[in-house]
Amino acid sequence: MHDHDDDHAHGNEHAQGHDHDNHYSDMQARVKALETLLTEKGLIDPAAIDAIVETYETKVGPRNGAHVVAKAWSDPDFADWLKRDATAAIASLGHTGRQGEHMRAVFNTAETHHLVVCTLCSCYPWSVLGLPPVWYKAPAYRSRAVIDPRGVLAEFGLTLPEDKKIRVWDSTAELRYLVIPERPEGTDGMDEQTLAGLVSRDAMIGTAVARKPEGAT
Amino acid sequence: MNGPHDLGGQMGFGAVAPEKDEPYFHAEWEKRALGITLSCGAFGAWTIDESRHARENIPPADYLAASYYEIWVRGIDKLLERHGFATRSELLSGHAQQPGAVPKRVLKADMVPGVLAKGGPCDRPVKTAPRFVAGEAVKTKNFNPVTHTRLPRYARAKTGVVEAVQGAFVFPDDNAHGEGENPQWLYTVVFDGAELWGGDADPTLTVSIDAWESYLEPA
Repeated sequence: MHDHDDDHAHGNEHAQGHDHDNHYSDMQARVKALETLLTEKGLIDPAAIDAIVETYETKVGPRNGAHVVAKAWSDPDFADWLKRDATAAIASLGHTGRQGEHMRAVFNTAETHHLVVCTLCSCYPWSVLGLPPVWYKAPAYRSRAVIDPRGVLAEFGLTLPEDKKIRVWDSTAELRYLVIPERPEGTDGMDEQTLAGLVSRDAMIGTAVARKPEGAT
Repeated sequence: MNGPHDLGGQMGFGAVAPEKDEPYFHAEWEKRALGITLSCGAFGAWTIDESRHARENIPPADYLAASYYEIWVRGIDKLLERHGFATRSELLSGHAQQPGAVPKRVLKADMVPGVLAKGGPCDRPVKTAPRFVAGEAVKTKNFNPVTHTRLPRYARAKTGVVEAVQGAFVFPDDNAHGEGENPQWLYTVVFDGAELWGGDADPTLTVSIDAWESYLEPA
């Protein structure tokens, strides 16, 4: 068990001072009952749930997005395509699907840093980043990213120069955003696979930048 | 609606808490909640817009106290009951008691890769030409519908600039309520920080939303 407030419900049904394990047991029981009911009614297939979970635990994740970024860093034609039609360019690498139906790539530059949020729910590009982290879906991030992005970035350990412009993209429709971080210095000649290793999930949301290669200052 | 989900610019939630090497799930039930939600979505009985509206209708104190997947479970409960797939009594007991609505499809394991890979594109052709062009100043409407909308409160009655015409997409404000897809042109509209937040805003800040045409008026 971890200790994020966001994962702990304190609704009315939990007002009796249950400890955290009991809280999880409540939800475990509730969801188990729901799955049992829907299975009895022939409405769901528990094996399909297993397959969905396996897909997002093992097959779809930030590696897909890092692949896109490394390709954009290495191939100017691909970067141009990504700017014009990110959906098609990303699909050409095989990264398609749910919550990635309509993609847009935004490129960090020396002048501008991009940050993505969904203030209304949790819209996130599953096809390139996998399922979103808890903080992305939590009120603290959703409330503050649009009004105090520099403060939010500082909490991720990222301090931008004062004159660097910040552009926040609130994902209010079905467009899903992928931030293309700036290519770090000292990476000339690196192959795509090595470059992809420098690109974290957070760098593709905009709460981090790409890592410098080891040995670089 | 001005529900608890519409969080942009609210204060008091404290610091963001990034978690090192965060796992995809923090409890087994979260995995099942995700899978159940996606499986029920495959029934074809409701749209993603209706499911969003079901979640934003959770009373604010409950919404803000619930973990993310708990919000999903509350939303699914509501949708299953509304569309006749389960009664309240069945949801409480966890067992089938009577026949219910029949879905258009039941998601089986062998269908999962195809369904996830296909997703649910929501761009649609429209017959009208876009009303606004890139570079044009626009003002967002000031409205407070009790129904679903994707125009955040902080971005209402504000002046911005159309940066791009993104194509035409299903209109969630109608689609959430079974009133049809009624696609409209969608625009990326950029606002200066000071327009949204006043004189104390970060001078380098711009914020954009994706706004359907009927959210906008000429500035």
